[in-house]
Amino acid sequence: MTTRQSREASPGLRIQPLMLLGESLRRLNPRSLARNPVMAVVAIGTLVCALYTGMAIDAGRAQAVFASIVTLILLATVLFANAAEAMAEARGKAHAGSLRATRGELTARRVTQSGEETVAADRLRRGDRVRVVAGELIPADGEIVQGAGSINESAMTGESAPVLREAGTDNSGVSAGTKLLSDELIVEVSVDPGESLLDRMIALVEGASRQKTPSELALSVLLSTLTLVFLIVVVTLVPMALFVGIETSTVMLVALLVCLIPTTIGGLLPAIGIAGMERAMRANLIAKSGKAVEIAGSIDTLLLDKTGTITLGDRRATEFAPCHGIDLVRLREVAGLCSLQDPTPEGRSIVVLANEQGATLAAPQDAEVVPFSAMSRVSGLDFADGRRWRKGAPNAIARQVEEAGGRVPADFETLVERISRHGATPLAVAEGNVLLGVIALSDVIKSGIAERFQQLREMGVKTVMITGDNPITAAAIAAEAGVDDYIAEATPERKLELIREEQAAGRLVAMMGDGTNDAPALAQADLGLAMNSGTQAAREAANMVDLDSDPGKLLEAVEIGKQLLITRGALTTFSLANDVAKYFAILPAIFAASVPALGALDVLDLHSPESAVLSAVIFNALVIPALIPFALRGVRFRAAAASAMLRRNLLIYGLGGLLLPFPAIKLIDLFVGLFF
Amino acid sequence: MNAMTLCYALLIGLALPLGLYMGRALDTDRSTVMDRLFGPVESVLMRLAGVDRQASMTWSAYLLAVLKLHLLLIGLAWLIFMGQGLLPLNPDGIPGMSWDTALHTAVSFATNTNQQHYSGQAQLSYLSQTFAIVTLQFVTPATGLAVLLAISRTLLRRQTTSTTVSTSTPAGRGVGHDSVGHCSVGHYYVDLTRIVVRVLLPLSLIVALLLVWQGVPATYHGAQSVTMLDGGTAQVIPRGPVAPMVAIKQLGTNGGGWYGPNSTMPLENPTGLSNLIETISLLLIPVASLIAVGVISGRRRLMIGIGAVMIAFSLITTSLIVVSERLPNAALSGLVVDGSPNLEGKEVRFGSDLSALWGSWTTQTSNGSVNAMHDSFNPLGGLGLLMDMFVNVTFGGIGVGLIGYLLYLMLAAFIGSLMIGRAPELFGKPLETREMRWISLAILAQPLIILGLTAATVTFPALTGNSNPGFHGLSQVLYEYTSAFANNGSGFEGLGDATPWWNLTCVLALGVGRFLPMLVPLAVAGWLAEKRTAPQGRGTLSLESGAFVGLTAGVIVIVNLLGFLPALVLGPIAEQLTLP
Repeated sequence: MTTRQSREASPGLRIQPLMLLGESLRRLNPRSLARNPVMAVVAIGTLVCALYTGMAIDAGRAQAVFASIVTLILLATVLFANAAEAMAEARGKAHAGSLRATRGELTARRVTQSGEETVAADRLRRGDRVRVVAGELIPADGEIVQGAGSINESAMTGESAPVLREAGTDNSGVSAGTKLLSDELIVEVSVDPGESLLDRMIALVEGASRQKTPSELALSVLLSTLTLVFLIVVVTLVPMALFVGIETSTVMLVALLVCLIPTTIGGLLPAIGIAGMERAMRANLIAKSGKAVEIAGSIDTLLLDKTGTITLGDRRATEFAPCHGIDLVRLREVAGLCSLQDPTPEGRSIVVLANEQGATLAAPQDAEVVPFSAMSRVSGLDFADGRRWRKGAPNAIARQVEEAGGRVPADFETLVERISRHGATPLAVAEGNVLLGVIALSDVIKSGIAERFQQLREMGVKTVMITGDNPITAAAIAAEAGVDDYIAEATPERKLELIREEQAAGRLVAMMGDGTNDAPALAQADLGLAMNSGTQAAREAANMVDLDSDPGKLLEAVEIGKQLLITRGALTTFSLANDVAKYFAILPAIFAASVPALGALDVLDLHSPESAVLSAVIFNALVIPALIPFALRGVRFRAAAASAMLRRNLLIYGLGGLLLPFPAIKLIDLFVGLFF
Repeated sequence: MNAMTLCYALLIGLALPLGLYMGRALDTDRSTVMDRLFGPVESVLMRLAGVDRQASMTWSAYLLAVLKLHLLLIGLAWLIFMGQGLLPLNPDGIPGMSWDTALHTAVSFATNTNQQHYSGQAQLSYLSQTFAIVTLQFVTPATGLAVLLAISRTLLRRQTTSTTVSTSTPAGRGVGHDSVGHCSVGHYYVDLTRIVVRVLLPLSLIVALLLVWQGVPATYHGAQSVTMLDGGTAQVIPRGPVAPMVAIKQLGTNGGGWYGPNSTMPLENPTGLSNLIETISLLLIPVASLIAVGVISGRRRLMIGIGAVMIAFSLITTSLIVVSERLPNAALSGLVVDGSPNLEGKEVRFGSDLSALWGSWTTQTSNGSVNAMHDSFNPLGGLGLLMDMFVNVTFGGIGVGLIGYLLYLMLAAFIGSLMIGRAPELFGKPLETREMRWISLAILAQPLIILGLTAATVTFPALTGNSNPGFHGLSQVLYEYTSAFANNGSGFEGLGDATPWWNLTCVLALGVGRFLPMLVPLAVAGWLAEKRTAPQGRGTLSLESGAFVGLTAGVIVIVNLLGFLPALVLGPIAEQLTLP
């Protein structure tokens, strides 16, 4: 965590004002303006005003000052929009760049038929095999084909604790730039140059090459249409005004046009998209396309792995349940002593629980440890005096007790079943031929997860828990965690089937996976999130990769997606609602000179026509930088039912957007009125 | 005000049972007692027309069938109008129309507009009136309603839990998928025939008989020559099968009357009772259609929300117009009558309120018949009429009013979905770039055509033939194109509009204004039908929620206000503000 915090504060993320200005100016070139029709119209309007200013100065007209100020404000409007995009891009790139920097000028040892050769990392191609030894950086994304080792992935994830990666397991994937701490690996490179996760990530935040997401494209169509509508409105206004004997001022008409077209959302739209990607990246989620981030917001069904998402991942002892007639203290002691030499988290938790309950455990001197084996399914202690203490799977222990001539107590079955039904795993304990009782090993549900699911339910997202547990255990955990549904004894095929069922019912499904056998399901899901530690097949099938390999990330992905869409919708509404006030400022100003009676429409009682127009365009321009934080951070998101969310957002951005410009324009006018 | 309340109450009281009847009679997926009653007649008609009743159409086939039939009808009507002088049923020896006025008239009636650049009784033979005009007056409202039914089946009908829809209902006409997976939307000619036979003809018959009772002529005899009271000159009084035509003119959101002055003329609208019948008839089917769609689609609450917005819009503009017309006419200030309501251009027998109410309702519904001269309304009254036509979904034309509302609903659903953080969807189906492109085009067409043609026309004042210069003159031009695009048909008049310029530009406005907003939602419905449907839940946009109903109303107001405010400021608003 410490590294992550320090990276956020690193100078790379601070935006230099001069660089920002340079970037904003550079984006004035027609090619990059053409990508955004709304701002392109503003730019053309600026040119028209500039030409008019030139002509006015030439003719020595008083209009020149007014026209030149309008020109400057319009130019500022375009620059503000460019700056918004540049800022979002700079933040994203700084993030990605700091990752790339760690990779530096890597070299790789490529394994060839004749031996090894040293090549630059950026010349490695898919299928190449490279040898990496302890202390070296992994030169490219790939999969371990031989060996195992612990790897420091903090360069990618910010998490400094080393992780184990091993060939032939579900944890065989490695990323470029991460450091091998121990052992030696042969890694098969899985990407061609320029195609690594990092490269894809950078492409998502680079304005010029960024692919627009589907709903962004549809929204752009709408915004272009609105721009065209207002172009028609303003252009046709000229002959209509002439017909009724009103000469219109070109500069004022351009000002009207710029105020009416949706410059606020148009100017911020690219920034919102880039910032959405950047927020995903900040959560260490690498989307392979912008579409993946966007679709996360519309997910209807979440398939969640129990382990790691809902429960902490390892079981802990939560109860000692002695059989009838057995002393709890004795059970506790035997269980505790048996576990003292057990290095697994489960074993340690038994000791912890025994200690918590007041047992004093001292390691026995004269005992030999019998380690756990998959065959016997038990472990324990053999004392020199012949006593044999055992703990293990209930049926295995029961069989041993019977073989040793003991009797299985009548309530043993009941105890085992009760514990299973509550979602815990029973572990039986025996001393010689006496069955002492059962230890309950429970999955510990993550704190706060139930509230999280409650929020998801509030938002209408259905959660399905996937677990390999038996149905009884699964049902108990599902009930405690508050998921909507669960699948017990799940196989990858069952997951795939479930995804297809949900999709056939029209739902969008998200799932997370890491194994090769998860790949088909990851590919089938609308949002497939692979753990970075997962196999190459899983990472390729998914459309998003979580660098932290944290199964809980699906929830964050959903929130980031929703926030991205809401920000677009909210600013579109705000932008359109603003137009009403701007109309009431500019229309009277355009006509009032010729038809004084139309001054009655000037509800704001603005100082003069010039000051009214200037106030409106200044407001229009300033709203863009004022909303940049909104665009970059995303609007505030609170989980709620759709209808409540719609009501709240309509009130804030719709009604607010309608009313806010009136006092704002009036205030600006009070100031501008001093000069015009 | 009492008369207004009475009219609204009567309207709702009559539309409710009619809507319930229509919902059952027009639902092709249910067999009802109506099938036995009307089935034989329809069978005969279908067989005559060579229509295979069992077949069903995809949305594109439906759309093509609509266009083909209309092209054919326009061609036929055009030929009849030009050649009526040589054709039978012309006792008064009326000559053929010029090619451009004939074309405009044909398109105008084929688009349910009935904008008239001629004077009915003087320029159309009985053949033209009864065959060309009245045929179109039945076919066009039926088409609007038919397309609405197709959309209701495809887009609005609640999905059953099973996602695989059976290939078809036993009758073969229900919603289903053909082998390629394209969704069937019904059968255009089956819908058309049902609507005409089960709704329009019976209703028209009732209204026509009521009007005949009130003294509206219904005869194939030629004009009557009457010696006036002064005993000197004989006056020729034109007549004909007026009552049947007036019935469908009022009921079918048509508006084109037998006589040039429309329902201001005593023979077309003789009594207070006939005025009431004709007023209610303006809105009857548009309101009932809402109820019928609610019945057929099962989306009652959605229709209640839509109805609430429409009634609110209706009350707002109606109040504006009624109040405006109660104000004195500024031109008469200083005269003895100063202080009385504005009665210029109105029938004294109806008074200002009933004229204003008719004016408001006739522009809300795209009907366009008049019982007063809209040109003479006070400027704010004229503003109300224009606003009604810009919005054009305050009940609107039969079928097309609700279809137009759906267009705005799609736009609102797009924005609303984003605001709740979901990729845009409508009824759980994703709205993507293709849909948005066409929806946008349909929205864009309105300002493009209306403002574009108005600007072009006023740029060359020689073309306009305006009776008024200045603000009112601009209003007249704006009104003409707005009326054409809205398929309303009422006129501010005062324009020398029987010229090739007016005729041809209006043909453009009529065609685009009719077919684009009507057929784009059909296409969108067709496209959406082939997509996945997300089940309705807490996380999805509820189109029935108060917030969404408000959003849709807001979208309608904002789109129209932002598009047309400058034109309105230069027209009626400037005229009002500059009144002496």
